[in-house]
Amino acid sequence: MSFWSKMKPAFWDRSGTEGEPLNYRRLLKITFWSAVAVSLVPLVLLAGINFYQFEQQYRFQRNEITNQIQRLLATTKVQIAYFLDERRAALHYVNLDNTYQELGERDRLESIFRKLRDSFGGFVDLGLIDQAGIQRVYIGPYNLQGRDYKDQDWYKEVQLRGIYISEVFLGHRNFPHFVIAVRHEKVAEPPYILRATIDTGRLNDLLEATDLQPSGDIFLVNETGVLQTPSRLFGGVLTKFPHFSSSQAARNAIVDAVGPGGAPLLVGLAKVEGSPFNLVVVNQPRTILQKWDVLRVNVIIMILLSVFAIMLVVWRGSTNLVNRIFEADLKRAAMLHEVEYTNKLASIGRLAAGVAHEINNPVAIINEKVGLMKDLLEMGGEFPQREKFLRQAAVIRDSVKRVSDITHRLLGFARHLPVKTEEIHLEELIKDVLEFLGREAEYRGIDIRLDIPADIPTMLADKGQLQQALLNILNNALAAVKDGGLIEIGVSRLDQGGVAVAISDNGRGIPAENLKAIFEPFFSTKGEKGTGLGLSITYGIIQKLGGHIDVQSSPGQGTTFTLHLPVRPGTAVSVGGQGEGSG
Amino acid sequence: MRILLIDDERELVTTISERLELRNIDNDWAVSGEEGLALLRRNHYDWVVVDLKMPGIGGFEAIKAIKREQPGTRIILLTGHSAPEDLDRALVLGADRYLIKPVDIENLLAVMAPAGQKE
Repeated sequence: MSFWSKMKPAFWDRSGTEGEPLNYRRLLKITFWSAVAVSLVPLVLLAGINFYQFEQQYRFQRNEITNQIQRLLATTKVQIAYFLDERRAALHYVNLDNTYQELGERDRLESIFRKLRDSFGGFVDLGLIDQAGIQRVYIGPYNLQGRDYKDQDWYKEVQLRGIYISEVFLGHRNFPHFVIAVRHEKVAEPPYILRATIDTGRLNDLLEATDLQPSGDIFLVNETGVLQTPSRLFGGVLTKFPHFSSSQAARNAIVDAVGPGGAPLLVGLAKVEGSPFNLVVVNQPRTILQKWDVLRVNVIIMILLSVFAIMLVVWRGSTNLVNRIFEADLKRAAMLHEVEYTNKLASIGRLAAGVAHEINNPVAIINEKVGLMKDLLEMGGEFPQREKFLRQAAVIRDSVKRVSDITHRLLGFARHLPVKTEEIHLEELIKDVLEFLGREAEYRGIDIRLDIPADIPTMLADKGQLQQALLNILNNALAAVKDGGLIEIGVSRLDQGGVAVAISDNGRGIPAENLKAIFEPFFSTKGEKGTGLGLSITYGIIQKLGGHIDVQSSPGQGTTFTLHLPVRPGTAVSVGGQGEGSG
Repeated sequence: MRILLIDDERELVTTISERLELRNIDNDWAVSGEEGLALLRRNHYDWVVVDLKMPGIGGFEAIKAIKREQPGTRIILLTGHSAPEDLDRALVLGADRYLIKPVDIENLLAVMAPAGQKE
């Protein structure tokens, strides 16, 4: 979540707030996703095409491998069949060329055996078996002379079919070999069988010489899938090869299988006709296609990295964009607010001036009339209720004074005298203002403390107006505190070359709902005592001087007004508004 | 010291006039600019107190005419209220002071007192 809090733009939590000109979160989402879509669509398309081509290539490669297996199966099958046929033919020839009697001669049979071994190779022994199934003559390393084969299956089969080729078995010396037996039938001769044992070594050589991929395998199995020649992947002779099926071998099928290590295999099966053998060619497409896989993985990594980079860049870009819009809106809203406020003050000012003017004329007449009455009373002779009349006149005069005070203040608020700038020592100015109020403060036991550092620069401003502004705020502070309260005035320098005057009281404070309205004309909480113009006038003055006012208040604890003022006119302190038009 | 009061509020000028007389100050009054200027042509006045907004000849014209007829006469603009530009204009045209109504007669006299003597 801390990642998100870092990534989260400033406006995120404001979205959907009442009165926002835009839903920024929605704007960000739209901007972000459309930019992501625009940048990702070509990438995804490209990746798709790439993968399609990969797939094509893959399939093509696989077909190649399949074809290779098929070719190998076909050629090798022919070679194996030829190998077997060659030996069968040799034995057949021996039969044809010799009579039973001739073969029965040990020397002759031995000579034939030697010739066979030398010319074909692989012959381990040779025997002649008579009609009764007894091995009449035996040439070979074992002592098998006189052995009775009559009850053995192969003997019966060779009797039946004329030829028999055995599966591979381990002989006495524990090396693999197989048997070829051929039945002899000649007119006027008793039937007999010529039986030869063949070393599988020659078969192995033949299989090894094939054109096979380094990761491939080629071997023979019998009808039940038992290995007849050693396999690189599935073990030695007579172990079981698990993926064999005689029906598939009959069809020369190529099937998918899973190798001992879990790697996918392509297995080609083919029956070697006229023998118990089946040829098996195994290939590992994965090792051949590995480079394609590596390439594919690289492409995937590249795409993922690109997607991540695009998302990141787009996110940064769109948050930045929306943030700028957001900030511009904020600024505009603040300015609109300011302008609205200024306009409000200005129009109220015009209204006030008009009202004051209309009131001042009749008030002036009342004033003069009552003045005349007083004059006449004072200058005329004694008459019964003279004192009482004088008192009435005085009350009327006081009331007129009150009315004219109000209208004069209204006019003061509306009046926009040109700013007369002069060099001002802030400390002197504040002390002057405090002299006005000193008596009231003293009388009520209010402590007014002034803290002003020696290095506060002199300012260029309108002295009278600045005094008026401070006086209004201090008047309010005096009204807010109880007898014996405290008012502190702190002056400090601002970074931008301005001065801040903070006036704090420990009075009753201003409720939050009133804080917004305090600078508006005629807003007063002092009842009859206030005109509601003091702070408006102050606000207008400070604005005209190029500064601004902040107010902080907590009800029950007190209020702080801070005036931010530029030291030189024209160097506005942050959001200082310009003076408004004429009133 | 002789004073001329010009204001379209008859009650105001007559009352001020009466009060000035009670103080033995010589004065005349007029309720329009035309009337005031007619008086000015016949008599000499040290001070003229004139309103700004009057029907017919208004305050500005009156000030101009007074300065033309009797350049030595001092002028006080007495007004309910006017825009600062108006007050500035009056001062430029030749008014010496302006006062906002209502004004105590003592204040009016105080304004005239120190400069009342002719230079």
